[in-house]
Amino acid sequence: MHLTALILSRLQFAFTISFHIIFPSFSIGLAAWLTVLEALHLATGRPVYRRVFEFWLKIFGVAFGLGVVSGVVMGFQFGTNWSELARMGGPIQGPLLSYETFTAFFLEASFFGILLFGRPRVPPGFYLFSTAMVALGTTLSAFWIVANNSWMQVPVGYVFQNGGFVPTDWTKILFNSVLWVRFPHMLLASYLTGAFCVAATGAWLGLRGVARAEAEVMLKMGLYLAAVLVPAQILFGHLNGDYVHKYQPPKFAAIEGRWHDEQPASEVLVAIPDARHETDHYALSVPVLGSVIGSMSLNSKEVGLTDFPAQDRPPVFIPFWTFRVMVGCGLVMLALAWAGSYLAFRGRLDQSRLLLRMIFLSFPLPWVAILTGWFTAEVGRQPWVVYGVLRTAKAVTPFLTTRAAMTSLVLFCAVYAFIFAAGIFYIYRLLQAGPVGELAEPTRGTPNRPLSIGGPDPSETPRPAPRGA
Amino acid sequence: MVEFWVFILGFSVLLYVLLDGFDLGIGILFGIAPHENEKSAMMSAVAPIWDGNETWLVVAGVVLWGAFPLAYSTLLSAFYLPIVFMLAGLILRGVAFEFRYKTQRWRGVWDWAFAGGSLVATFAQGVTVGALVEGLPMANGHYSGGDLGWLDPFAILCGIGLCLGYALLGACWMVRKCEDEARELGYRFIAALSVGLLAFLGIVFALALRADLQVMHRWLERPYLFVFPAIGALAAIVLAHSVRRRRDGLPFYMAALIFIAAFGTLAISFWPYMIPFSITIQQAAAPQSSLAFMFWGEGLFVFPLMLVYTAISYSVFRGKVRSDSAHY
Repeated sequence: MHLTALILSRLQFAFTISFHIIFPSFSIGLAAWLTVLEALHLATGRPVYRRVFEFWLKIFGVAFGLGVVSGVVMGFQFGTNWSELARMGGPIQGPLLSYETFTAFFLEASFFGILLFGRPRVPPGFYLFSTAMVALGTTLSAFWIVANNSWMQVPVGYVFQNGGFVPTDWTKILFNSVLWVRFPHMLLASYLTGAFCVAATGAWLGLRGVARAEAEVMLKMGLYLAAVLVPAQILFGHLNGDYVHKYQPPKFAAIEGRWHDEQPASEVLVAIPDARHETDHYALSVPVLGSVIGSMSLNSKEVGLTDFPAQDRPPVFIPFWTFRVMVGCGLVMLALAWAGSYLAFRGRLDQSRLLLRMIFLSFPLPWVAILTGWFTAEVGRQPWVVYGVLRTAKAVTPFLTTRAAMTSLVLFCAVYAFIFAAGIFYIYRLLQAGPVGELAEPTRGTPNRPLSIGGPDPSETPRPAPRGA
Repeated sequence: MVEFWVFILGFSVLLYVLLDGFDLGIGILFGIAPHENEKSAMMSAVAPIWDGNETWLVVAGVVLWGAFPLAYSTLLSAFYLPIVFMLAGLILRGVAFEFRYKTQRWRGVWDWAFAGGSLVATFAQGVTVGALVEGLPMANGHYSGGDLGWLDPFAILCGIGLCLGYALLGACWMVRKCEDEARELGYRFIAALSVGLLAFLGIVFALALRADLQVMHRWLERPYLFVFPAIGALAAIVLAHSVRRRRDGLPFYMAALIFIAAFGTLAISFWPYMIPFSITIQQAAAPQSSLAFMFWGEGLFVFPLMLVYTAISYSVFRGKVRSDSAHY
């Protein structure tokens, strides 16, 4: 492939945003889970909830910090690499993202400090309130980001004037039905990330026989939550498919691997799509199912990619496969969550080491699902950046040179790899240690220092937890 | 409405320069601080607040995008490499703050990342301002200077100047927050940096005169502009006095006043241009419907709350950090 500034910019955006999404998706879920734990602790008074809370708070801190530093880059990349999009879409995208900074950053920054260091200084009810506010902040942040992206997927409420998008109806932009199925989809994905990480950690601790009471709380809460959320997520996934079917038929056809109109349409389960010959190789398909999935009907006509001019079609291979990987992850998560919940409910989960091991190994699944889901949405949107209106090739900074784009791509890859390795190693060490250490009330506050609370100084050795503290 | 957002933007940038200025400056000086206990005290002096300080950069960035999309897209794409290096520097120094204390073996690496990241980020900001003062090469509404169009001796000089300036802010903050050796070290830094900064200002002024910069014409047209350098000079005199009398609290305010004077000078000599001397504020402004949408929510209600939060955060952490109570 010839490396142009356009390709390099796309790679850079894909790389930096994929790196970034790993952390917020985790911290959105964790913040909500911390709120539930704190509420349970207040309601029941059981110390185990407190110990689990303190344990996950440390991990939350590190993930939150990495999300903050990698997020700063995102706000500037629109201008550096995508100046034409920034100029034209700025009147709509700029205000949406400025609301993110103002509302979400403000809430998070204000209450995060209290969360980390304020427990001895504020009443328990206010501490719970602070936890909920941090969770609200992360959720609001996700809302504005998805609002911006949904407008790029299905632009509404604007006129195109003087070479730019001029907002005419903000209620349409903010109450776009597409936004309100995509935002819950993202939110549920984040909650599932939290649930699976918590359950996997519980399984890991359980397998090693460490901190049994805490491990059981983590396993049960994670699995029960996932058992309820995965079906809800599948429902919202279906609703997302509906909007793609309605507003982005070429993307839908690419996901389905459907090249020609069919009535009734079959569903290609797996295949190797071949764009040059406009066909699928080694296709395994089920008749009629395509019409059922697309239109909930037995004989609807479903459109194929060849209905659209070649320059308006997305790449097929990537969305076709990323979609299947996402759905596959979802189905595996469903099986694990239900099987695990059933055994946990019957009190036999700790006897099934095989299932525990599988739950432990399942922790990457929600991330894989989130990344492949976003790949499907974003690659499937091509060749448009603002769907149907502005092409990606016209959005890139017109005078950006390959040399400059290559420099920045290499620089970001190197820096991110460096801090990612350190951050992951650090989270791993925290997880491995398990919920140990005293429930000492922190006395000195240093808020706004997301990464600093993770555990003891390396020179200190962790002490075992006093039970019932 | 446009004026409101110009004010918010200017205010956010100024706040960023003053707040992140001193913690970037501490980062720069960290690299030449000789002993571990001074280093530790320096970090403690900014640790609780650096993250909030940096948030103002993001605030300025998104306000620029939302309210002045043309200026946002032109500036960021023109200064591609400085911005990319600034971001990389900010990331490295940000995580170094925290990871430094998680390891003994790798501490040197994170120290290097902290000082180096701060220096690179500051230098990139200074170069950007310098090149902006000279005026961006534009053709048909686009930047036309190429990858390195911002790179010339004047811009580099401004990069060095901002490093000196932020370091001065940092040294004043050290004096304000630290005790014992770290405080003394801060006073020594202030003395050296003040001389360096004076020399820099002299050279820049001479260069600007020689290059016949367009900014200089504005000065002759608008003599009232000399009020700002006068304020700056006054602040420098008070700074010198407060250093001699060891009045720990005062130098920081005086250094901040020097920065405010410089900022005011630039802002008023650019007016009514947003990108001197090619794009005016009115040309850069987003449509009324965008500005109004931002005004009725974040502008009117959330912005004041953000200021309140910043004030609370600083009042919680007021007073000296004691070297023995350095966190961890």
